[in-house]
Amino acid sequence: MITVKELTKRYARNTAVDHISFEIQKGQIVGFLGPNGAGKTTTMRMLTCFMPPTAGTATVAGFDVLEEPMEVKKRIGYLPETPPLYPEMRTGEYLEFVGRLKGLRKPELGKRVDYVCERCAVADVRDRLISKLSKGYRQRVGLAQAIIHNPEVLILDEPTAGLDPKQINETRDLIKSLAGDHTIILSTHILPEVEQTCEQVIIINKGKVIATDSVNNLQNRARGAESVLVEVGGRNGDLDSAAIQSRLEKVSGVSKVVFKEKRQARNVFEVESIKGRLMRGDLARAVVEAGWDLNELRPSAMSLEEVFLQLTGQPDAAPQVQLVAEGAGK
Amino acid sequence: MRNVWIIWRKELRSYFVSPVAYLLLAMFAVIFGFFFWNILGYFVFTSMESQMRGEMFPVNVNEQVIRPLLSNVGVIGLFFIPMITMRLFAEEKRSGTIELLVTSPIRDGEIILGKWLAALTLYAGLLALAALNFVFLFRYGNPDWKPLAIGYLGLLLQAGALLAIGMFISTLTKNQIIAGAATFGVCLLLWVLEWVGGYETATWASVLSYMSVVTHIESFSKGLLDSKDAVYYVTLIFLGIFFTARSLESLRWRS
Repeated sequence: MITVKELTKRYARNTAVDHISFEIQKGQIVGFLGPNGAGKTTTMRMLTCFMPPTAGTATVAGFDVLEEPMEVKKRIGYLPETPPLYPEMRTGEYLEFVGRLKGLRKPELGKRVDYVCERCAVADVRDRLISKLSKGYRQRVGLAQAIIHNPEVLILDEPTAGLDPKQINETRDLIKSLAGDHTIILSTHILPEVEQTCEQVIIINKGKVIATDSVNNLQNRARGAESVLVEVGGRNGDLDSAAIQSRLEKVSGVSKVVFKEKRQARNVFEVESIKGRLMRGDLARAVVEAGWDLNELRPSAMSLEEVFLQLTGQPDAAPQVQLVAEGAGK
Repeated sequence: MRNVWIIWRKELRSYFVSPVAYLLLAMFAVIFGFFFWNILGYFVFTSMESQMRGEMFPVNVNEQVIRPLLSNVGVIGLFFIPMITMRLFAEEKRSGTIELLVTSPIRDGEIILGKWLAALTLYAGLLALAALNFVFLFRYGNPDWKPLAIGYLGLLLQAGALLAIGMFISTLTKNQIIAGAATFGVCLLLWVLEWVGGYETATWASVLSYMSVVTHIESFSKGLLDSKDAVYYVTLIFLGIFFTARSLESLRWRS
């Protein structure tokens, strides 16, 4: 559906996108993952024909973005980072305007507006001025705008940025429900978001693609070993860090224990397991049986930066990475 | 053509849902009304005076009322045009809606033409409001309507040229105030350039005064349709639209 070959975008002083290539199959939902400034928005803008690439080619649904931009534009629905809304319009009016822009005509236009209002749950604010809408509604109107002409490809730039957790969930569900009819690319810098919504991930950093894989594979790759933070406290207030450490080291399945910090009468350790072994139950039992308090036992999340370091620096070390914090973001 | 119409409608709508259009209409009506009252008062005064002295100077409503009035309107227009054009692209750039427009299956030229026509329509609305005053001239006098029509055509052409320039300036910035101020400066300069021709006869002076928009409105307000002046305005319109198109294109390469 989308083929990108050696796509490059150079500005006067820096290169925003540097020879990236990838391919996206029809009906897939693909996450574009990277820190801010990685080149996600620039890539998306080139795909939507907002800006021409400096070098390389990109084709959407078989049409080249440089050669036949009109054909590409007809087939793409685009939600930029800030939804392109006219505050002085009413929701329904706005959707009609966008529908007309995208080439819809009267009898069909009305049906599509009804449909996207229903689909994106904005029917109840149809007669409201956009300037009066909440952020969550605006985002959904933005999505409604993107799907109004039933495009084959949907490009969503950080669709959940700036929303509250409830709205984030609603937006994610909405995007997932759209996946059947459209090929979707969405960009994000939030790791759990990719895990929850996407099938395929393209990790991009400093303008280069550093990994392209399915979410499952990346997770498996990262889940080989687990790493947890253990916080141990004591009743009598006096704790021997060295004793705790040596006790933890004896737990079966543990490969490494690192003393992290001491907060009053509590000690925090980072414990890593041997690849493929579960150790959390044993860890908890060991602490409690030794007469200490187990205050906290949680997976230590790997920040995106660290994942990048792992992926770029030493690919072999990747299995040690706890890529996704379980429970986080859910 | 359908896309031009879509953009035109949207632009005109946004003029009229904000106070901009009403403010401009009201201000223009008041200022034009004042000019009309002033010139008509003077006309009545001088014709009475000449009658009392027994002179039989021919009095001509076209020459003595409509002509000065139309050249004045040309100058008032210079002050209104920045307020019409400043938001055209600056606002779209600031709010990010420009991304919606240029990623839609619609040509840049259609966006530009739609916006320019909407601005021109609003200006035509101002002129139409002013035309209410002329009803009195036709009711109580007997002016010739053809010079008036030609004068109006000249005003529209002049506005079209300045609106195109203002639209171009609006593509250069995200800030409406900057766009408005710069357009005002350019309009003012294009007006005062004419003054040079008043005392200097060298070639450079006539070139400068030729460049002034006011020089070319003269023949129109006299009721003369001079192709030389029409060509000047049409050229400016094309230049303005052309530069807007180039600027919009460069925006895509840069941003």
